[in-house]
Amino acid sequence: MASPDRCRFAKSHEWVAVEGDTATVGISDHAQREITDVVFVELPKVGRSVKAGEACAVVESVKAAFDIYAPISGTVSSVNPAIVKDPGLVNQSPHDKGWFFTLKPSAPKELDGLMELRQYEDFIKTAAH
Amino acid sequence: MISTELRRTALQGVQRPLGAKWVDFHGWELPIQFSSILQEHKAVRAACGLFDVSHMGQIFVEGPKALDFLQKVNANDISKIAPGKAIYSHLLNPKGGVVDDVIISCLAPARYLVVVNAATTDKDAAWFKENLPAAGVSLGNRSDELSMMALQGPAAARVMEAFAPEAVRLPRFGAMEAQLFGQPCVITRTGYTGEDGFEIIAPNEIGSRIWQDLLAVGGSFGILPCGLGARDTLRLEAGYLLYGQDIDDEHTPLEANYGLVVKFDKGEFIGRQALLQQKREGIKRKLTGVELTEAGVPRPGAVVSAEGKALGKLLSATYSPTLQKGIGVGYLDDPGLPAGRAVSVSLHGRQAAGAVAAVPFYKRTGAC
Repeated sequence: MASPDRCRFAKSHEWVAVEGDTATVGISDHAQREITDVVFVELPKVGRSVKAGEACAVVESVKAAFDIYAPISGTVSSVNPAIVKDPGLVNQSPHDKGWFFTLKPSAPKELDGLMELRQYEDFIKTAAH
Repeated sequence: MISTELRRTALQGVQRPLGAKWVDFHGWELPIQFSSILQEHKAVRAACGLFDVSHMGQIFVEGPKALDFLQKVNANDISKIAPGKAIYSHLLNPKGGVVDDVIISCLAPARYLVVVNAATTDKDAAWFKENLPAAGVSLGNRSDELSMMALQGPAAARVMEAFAPEAVRLPRFGAMEAQLFGQPCVITRTGYTGEDGFEIIAPNEIGSRIWQDLLAVGGSFGILPCGLGARDTLRLEAGYLLYGQDIDDEHTPLEANYGLVVKFDKGEFIGRQALLQQKREGIKRKLTGVELTEAGVPRPGAVVSAEGKALGKLLSATYSPTLQKGIGVGYLDDPGLPAGRAVSVSLHGRQAAGAVAAVPFYKRTGAC
């Protein structure tokens, strides 16, 4: 479980939780609510190197498709096959069973540019107006 | 952001507290979903759902020449409906293109109600006026005064039993006038979901009371208020057309694979000659069902190809919650494609494997 208060958030609504040299990435509870029922997920290939802000996964609801961006740069080290099989996990459990992929960070300092939970909550409130 | 100029139905006041997400649908602010498209879709397939469809229009056609007039502007045979019956039909232009698709109820001899689409209400009213005989028919466009709801699903009859028991006796495509809260209403056993169900047309003043009563009565049957999102997935699974997306003035019912609403032998009607000619020459494109055979969600505009050759684009396409796969329909240039023929469908940045599929994609079991 990547508890939200231990995560950093991107403006594009992904969360990232770093433990050692593994960064786990998912989408925020706010994002899953906005996207509504997730019915399809496409994940990056393990081994792919991604830059912060690069589109590397796709989430589709009944109505629309959404790109998911890497919140920090790194190499994809694993992906979550459970959300491909059962995309509803992204809605039910965005910070736990609904994680997307892990990265081996190549520029850990990028984390400093991301928001903490409280900042992210303020950001959502501001963005809604 | 939703502009303040959008039209709202009379039911929005009681819908606001239910926490819906709202969209602009042809100038109307309507709920796309209340809880979740998937949950609402499932409720209608397994239990029951309630839709506000007050954006749809109601045009009353009355008078001694009403039937003659309706026969002229409809492809279907309106003489087949006696009082108490309804029929699905297409209004055609002289080229055989579809002006609108409608449900017509015969309420009494020489008294009909035509339910038309929201975006086409004014266009249809104008088209009717243009084709009106000098005497013997009066038109009443009462769309602004009337609300309309659709109660749909296998449990719809049990909910209706507790709300307006007389309506449960209606057969499929039955229609009746009824008093609800002391006001004149029309109830039909029709719908747009592929399930059993009713549509209720009532004066705006009592729309909210009907909505709230049906939700209250339906609570023990698992009723959910449903939005346009589920309405679209349900209708596409059931093979129903969405006017303005699947059919329009440029496509004929024959191309839309809806030849069953065209009754050539009923006598002359607008568009008949053009359709006869099209039938003689053979149609060159046909609205065809496609399903994905791998995971993915097709969207309107997706290109369908076979053996490297583009055949056409999907006009309606979505994830089917019931079948749990991508489905869609579009005009493909080869009208003879058999179900099962392998095709390729362009998705979000890739090509997915699919196959031509029979429409409707979904048929309910049991009968009504």
